[in-house]
Amino acid sequence: MKLSTESLTRSAGTDIIEAHGLVKKYGDVIALNGLDLTVPEGTILGLLGPNGAGKTTAVNILTTLLEPDSGTAIVAGADVAASPGEVRKRIGLSGQYAAVDEHLTGFENLDMIGRLYHLGKKRSMARARELLERFDLADAGDRPAKTYSGGMRRRLDLAGALVAEPPVLFLDEPTAGLDPRSRTELWAMIRDLVKRGSTLLLTTQYMEEADQLADDIVVIDHGREIAHGTADELKTMVGGERIEVSLHSEASMEDAQRVLARFSMDGLYVEGRSVTAPISGGAQTLTEALRALDFEGVKLRDVGLRRPTLDDVFLSLTGHMAEQGSKETSGSEQSETMEEAR
Amino acid sequence: MEKISYAFTDGFTIAKRNVIKIKRVPEILVAVLITPLMFVLLFGYVFGSSIDIPGGSYREFLVGGIFAMTLMFGAHFTGAGLANDMQKGIIDRFRSLPMSRSAVVFGKTASDMIYNVLSLIIMVLAGLIVGWRIHNGIGSALLGFGLLLLFAYAISWIMAYVGLLVPSPEVVNNASFMVIFPLTFIANTFVPAGNLATPLRVFAEWNPVSAVTQAARELFGNIPLGTPEPTVWPLQNPVLYTLVWVVLIIAIFAPLAVRRYTRAAAKT
Ligand SMILES: Nc1ncnc2c1ncn2[C@@H]1O[C@H](COP(=O)(O)OP(=O)(O)OP(=O)(O)O)[C@@H](O)[C@H]1O
Ligand SMILES: [Mg+2]
Repeated sequence: MKLSTESLTRSAGTDIIEAHGLVKKYGDVIALNGLDLTVPEGTILGLLGPNGAGKTTAVNILTTLLEPDSGTAIVAGADVAASPGEVRKRIGLSGQYAAVDEHLTGFENLDMIGRLYHLGKKRSMARARELLERFDLADAGDRPAKTYSGGMRRRLDLAGALVAEPPVLFLDEPTAGLDPRSRTELWAMIRDLVKRGSTLLLTTQYMEEADQLADDIVVIDHGREIAHGTADELKTMVGGERIEVSLHSEASMEDAQRVLARFSMDGLYVEGRSVTAPISGGAQTLTEALRALDFEGVKLRDVGLRRPTLDDVFLSLTGHMAEQGSKETSGSEQSETMEEAR
Repeated sequence: MEKISYAFTDGFTIAKRNVIKIKRVPEILVAVLITPLMFVLLFGYVFGSSIDIPGGSYREFLVGGIFAMTLMFGAHFTGAGLANDMQKGIIDRFRSLPMSRSAVVFGKTASDMIYNVLSLIIMVLAGLIVGWRIHNGIGSALLGFGLLLLFAYAISWIMAYVGLLVPSPEVVNNASFMVIFPLTFIANTFVPAGNLATPLRVFAEWNPVSAVTQAARELFGNIPLGTPEPTVWPLQNPVLYTLVWVVLIIAIFAPLAVRRYTRAAAKT
């Protein structure tokens, strides 16, 4: 489901990653079911999907760790099946689970990787120090990695992917298990990488992460693409922002619905004592709606401007939203439902 | 050409990593050194003094067998180490690098020889304490040590393959126990093979563990006087027979292990 041609026109440069019809089966489980991916040079593609969607399988195929049952993939000009050795020279991988050697120090880990990229002794050591500095690990660099926190390990693993300054990077759920601060820090580091000219494919389960980082997002489920577009395009698709208010008493339910219906783009969603209205205009609309509610004397217990989550994208894309749609009705019908509920 | 030189330099890099690990995880080193010490002292004192063989010392006879057995069991470090790297995703990281495809397994089996050498040194010292002696001169004894180590190296290739095949280090331990236990016991390690019941005797006579033990005993001069000459070819030519097995095992399991490494997908 291509939302627009914007992402295509943007790819006027060369495509650094080009995969067609990737299929991978594990017995009865179809991990990938005909996945296509293209990533233009110097951009970030976010591969978004829930547990078991096939993200890691796709990364493993593109990084030569796994052979697909069918389909082709060209990474940085080399064919994954025909010349995996060439691909490996041009990529860096940071897998889903930080693969650092616990008994080696941070420095030793990076130095070893440099040597295995055949950078030579001098350059490997220099790169190791440089990256420790850049990833804020200089002080811990000479301690065994088993003394590192989860966030430090993640950063060390990411640094490992950068040792040879490869033009293409694969990051499989780079911020899984990080606290919000480490996550934001890592995002900044990832943005910085692309500024330096890298092309990046990153997988994530978080809409927000894809939103923050990716130029282009492919949403997958059951090994298939179910949506493709920029973060804004995907959000528009699931209805954009919404106001969610919850009330102190049911007495003002009708007033609240009447007011919010004026701001709503598409009906209301009522559940218990809360009303949700899809809107446009963000905080400005929220302010106006609150003023109007206050004017009508509606007392609020809680109010929020809710942005679509991955759940929303999923619900809408897999069609489950349609079932809920029956609840999404106009004010008058809504009160009937309310009465039934009582 | 480039490929071969990378196999060496990358193998060296991997071996270096493993050596650092030996230094950083003294627990393994302690296990590597204590177990052989216990084996020699316990078996030497408990069995060694309770069994008499005419014309020689059972204790001296026993020591060669304990050397072979302990080195066999030591091979599981190779398998457990690789299974652990696999589990931690480190093998995946290596596989995504443009390094030689054989370096990880070659580097691992090579660096694990350090364990074997250390454990053999400890066993020799412990053996000397319990009364074991070399009777055929130091040169021939060194040949015996070399043959034992070579055999242990071959076994570590089997374990390398097993380590990459199974899902966890624990499974390697169980698997190695199941294979190595019968191999070391249905042999001449503790009793002369001739005393066993026929089916066991035939197995023991052709068992390479018997051959390497027999070779070591001959080279150390630990065969009691008056022991009947072996009647089967493997035990008449134990050095040659051991070498044949060493070559055979490495020729089969080195390619298998490398192939397994290139195919291995992480098991998480
Ligand atoms: N080695 C394997 N053997 C059997 N099934 C597998 C194997 N690897 C993956 N699968 C299955 O393939 C599907 C896709 O798995 P994959 O790891 O690619 O998902 P993912 O999107 O990375 O999920 P997560 O977010 O949990 O990491 C899942 O159903 C998984 O159970
Ligand atoms: Mg995954």
